[in-house]
Amino acid sequence: MSKITFAIGGVHPDDAKLSRGCAIEVLPLPETLYVSMAQHLGAPAKPIVAVGDKVRTGQVIAEPGGFISAFVHSPASGTVKSISPRKDLAGNNVTHIEIAVEGDEWVDGVDLSNTLVTDIPDDRQFILDRIKACGVVGLGGATFPTHVKLNPAPGSKAECLILNGAECEPYLTSDFRIMLERTKEIIVGAALMQKVLGDVRTVIGIEENKPEAIEAMRKALAELPYKGIEVLPLKKKYPQGGEKQLIQAVMHREVASGGLPISVGAVVQNVATSLAVYEAVQKNKPLITNVLTVTGNCLPTERQHNYLFRIGMPLSYIISVAGGVPEGAAKLVSGGPMMGRAIANPDAATVKGSSSILYLSESSTRRGTESMCIRCGRCAQACPMGLEPFLLRRLYAAGDLAALEANAVQDCIECGCCLYSCPAYIPLLDHIRQAKVQVMGVIRARNAKK
Amino acid sequence: MIVSPNPHIHASVSTRSLMLDVIIALCPAVIVSFLYYGLSEIAIMAVSVASCVVLEWAITKYMLKRPSTTGDLSAIVTGILLAMNLPPTCPLWVVFIGALVAIAVAKMTFGGIGQNIFNPAITGRVFLLVSFPTFMTDWTVPAGFISNVDAFSGATLLGQVPVLGALEADKLVGLQTFFRNIGGSAGEISALALLVGWVYLLVRKVIKPWITLSIFATVAVIAAVFHLCDPAQFTGPLFNLLTGGVILGACFMATDYVTSPMSTWGGVIYGFGIGFIVMMIRYFGSYPEGMSFAILLMNMAVPLIDMKFHQRKYGRK
Amino acid sequence: MNPILIWTVVILAGLGLVLALVLFFIAERFKVEEDPRIEQIEKTLPGANCGGCGYAGCHAFADSAVKASDLSAHFCPVGGNDVMKKVSAILGYAMVEKAPQIAVVRCNGTCAVRPRINDYDGAESCRVKAALYSGDTGCAFGCLGCGDCVRACEFGALSMDPATGLPVVDQEKCVACGKCVKACPKTLIELRAKGPRGMREFVSCRNTDKGPAAKKACANACIGCGICVKTCTHDAITLENNLAYIDFAKCKLCRECEAMCPTGAIHGVNFPKPLDKAGIKERIAKRNAQAVADKKEVNNE
Repeated sequence: MSKITFAIGGVHPDDAKLSRGCAIEVLPLPETLYVSMAQHLGAPAKPIVAVGDKVRTGQVIAEPGGFISAFVHSPASGTVKSISPRKDLAGNNVTHIEIAVEGDEWVDGVDLSNTLVTDIPDDRQFILDRIKACGVVGLGGATFPTHVKLNPAPGSKAECLILNGAECEPYLTSDFRIMLERTKEIIVGAALMQKVLGDVRTVIGIEENKPEAIEAMRKALAELPYKGIEVLPLKKKYPQGGEKQLIQAVMHREVASGGLPISVGAVVQNVATSLAVYEAVQKNKPLITNVLTVTGNCLPTERQHNYLFRIGMPLSYIISVAGGVPEGAAKLVSGGPMMGRAIANPDAATVKGSSSILYLSESSTRRGTESMCIRCGRCAQACPMGLEPFLLRRLYAAGDLAALEANAVQDCIECGCCLYSCPAYIPLLDHIRQAKVQVMGVIRARNAKK
Repeated sequence: MIVSPNPHIHASVSTRSLMLDVIIALCPAVIVSFLYYGLSEIAIMAVSVASCVVLEWAITKYMLKRPSTTGDLSAIVTGILLAMNLPPTCPLWVVFIGALVAIAVAKMTFGGIGQNIFNPAITGRVFLLVSFPTFMTDWTVPAGFISNVDAFSGATLLGQVPVLGALEADKLVGLQTFFRNIGGSAGEISALALLVGWVYLLVRKVIKPWITLSIFATVAVIAAVFHLCDPAQFTGPLFNLLTGGVILGACFMATDYVTSPMSTWGGVIYGFGIGFIVMMIRYFGSYPEGMSFAILLMNMAVPLIDMKFHQRKYGRK
Repeated sequence: MNPILIWTVVILAGLGLVLALVLFFIAERFKVEEDPRIEQIEKTLPGANCGGCGYAGCHAFADSAVKASDLSAHFCPVGGNDVMKKVSAILGYAMVEKAPQIAVVRCNGTCAVRPRINDYDGAESCRVKAALYSGDTGCAFGCLGCGDCVRACEFGALSMDPATGLPVVDQEKCVACGKCVKACPKTLIELRAKGPRGMREFVSCRNTDKGPAAKKACANACIGCGICVKTCTHDAITLENNLAYIDFAKCKLCRECEAMCPTGAIHGVNFPKPLDKAGIKERIAKRNAQAVADKKEVNNE
């Protein structure tokens, strides 16, 4: 039993990794793909193709719309049918490039073979340029452009690269499957990022409910020539995969409020990002695929899947390939049950960071009736940031932004532990998120004045 | 399809389930009290629980005009605790008045569950103690289902301290008191039964042990110091821990969510305060016990403690 | 007499005297000199402290009005012109009259015409809901129905109609303080001129989707067809982003747009007679025919 974990709070939901045994299957291409311009955190990408243009798989179709932004590539070959607003999974309009699929003809210069390339290029800038050109973004949930994260501001020095294989969200198994099936590629990707950051110590953190992945990683590391990479089994506890929590578990350091991980010398990357880095640098293959879990507590075992999808596939297409919405499903979630987003519009297209389609039954997901706070303190015990959600909610109701800031509402990572553990079903996080938005607005206005 | 902000799942815990756990934890002590005090105790328990539930239901329905909160079982917990805090000979109409004060005055006037400053059951008990001292200090032992010939009647162990002197009183407390301590409130016959319930609450993660341990430690340390200084005047630690409702109060009354501090260190301070006040009342006050008063006094300090003590926050000093 | 009693009386009386003197000197020492007009103005104001004027409360409004050189930036929407007349009299400034306003809800997507496709299960707050997704219906612009505006209103002028799921403005109680305008995350509520005898015409929709999409989401949506723009003879209607907007200053309340709107997105309220759709349509048809004839004549000449 590993004892390594973060120090404050946390909860222990049933991990329900129902699809852990399902090997990754490749989804066939649909007739139409809708590529969102908001695939990543930061400014939306700007389309550089016109309606009627012929595109090939892997061709750049949109370029970064700002410093924090990323390239977007065509997920298939075909014709651009339209560039227009389309509803995302929350039902809000986002510009999408619609591509009528005609085949899967790749652009030139991409290595499509399965041979493992283990030689690490000497040129640090070359690796960064490839990562940027291939549109790699963080696949752990935040979709922050990877080349920005790997290139810390002058004056800050990375000391440790943490590869996040915790996959602490219940149900999700996509990271677990790639750790089993693409083990060596992930390690090469880690070695590439290690090189970029200056041969730093590299730790692959994996929760111990995935012993097969830990075993596979250790075996692969022994066979590969890289130095300074180790596997660290972590205790199963949510949110172990939260960036700040993982840094605390691995390095015993805490990122100061408002600070970036690099301020304590840490860079955290997801294992799926590492795989994308490998493909980008060693194969020149842009990020147009990712692995997504189709799972849920109302889905029979034989209908659970892990799929390799192309970005732009509508969720409804994947749902129909996987046999339709199962009986008893009351809520569809994209992402894990703790931090994922409810799917309001199943016609929405997948994006780089899509990690699951999760079907939850009415009884498991419907919130209980809200009642009075009984001051049990469970929310405060569960909060991994050491906040007091019961107090924050009260202050938000009173509209006291100064007190909210003094009580660190802006540190909330929105992990959902407070609401998960509240016996009175008070929508703590719903209100705290709003409070956070307002307080962040006040802080930004103040900083702008200075 | 349902749409909501995250999280999309919930721990299998609700106010009701927590209260149910408290009820289960109280069962051993309740059963022991039934065995020793027989039908009269069963009647007290029935009247207490029934009045608490009916009063809460009636107040929410007819006075506050809002959905009933009796479903959360907290009124039952209050009813059981109140009955456990009364002598087994208490007249039933007095029990009803206690329930009325507990629910109507201490709980619902503040806004119901979660809003009250004082522990309802203790408020009810203290009201009765002050208003009806004869009934509340009548420690005659009624006929139970188990023979209890060796029982005292007339006064509790603590009540006998002025009569017998501290040295003699200390001798009355031994291992057998831990299992069976006749004379006193109905619920505190068996320290063992109470501690079993407390351990159940800890195992089920309903409460944290810090408040209770802090009370025990404070009582033990203060009693030890005074006892060492003058054994003839001050009773010893074991005597003070096992008598006068310290265990019942520390395990089930002081740990009430609503009227105790939220943070760990706040809980420790709160427990220390209770232990300190109890010992001061016992050694220097006119009431022989004092657990109820100590908890009520510290209830008042809870908002202050909560303001001062917070959890450690990530990334902040 | 009992000496204890005497001493008690003496000590208490002395204590009272000393404390009274202390209080008197403190009050004198820390007295704040304030322009007496501030208090005068505050007394004439409604005292609701709603902030509808843009100041933190009635006192802040009075304080700032006294310091200002005219009343162009000070108007109490709650008190309206009557109160402002008194305020301007106190200050001796020229009266700035404003047309009385009222809150208008620009969504008429009732439960019946706007099919729900999702079932919200979060905190009962429009703000929370808006941050999460576009709403329970296909319309991303319409009322979310959680009643943030109702909670924001300090005058009890707003209520949710359970039949339509939309907020209703009580015309008697609304003082146009603008709290609801700020509370609505979809900016559906607008302060519009109350109109003569309360009569006003407005587009009760904010949907900027293209016609077919808007229509699919809500049968009452403005589909941006532009018929109202063509119908209006007063140049009062503009069409932007597939959405019509009626300029109150130009609107002559002829109700022609309302009669012609194919979806019923244009609402007219407080008119003495019900809308005579057929009559108005006939009138417009006649006028159009006349115009065509006139044109022909011009061409023939």
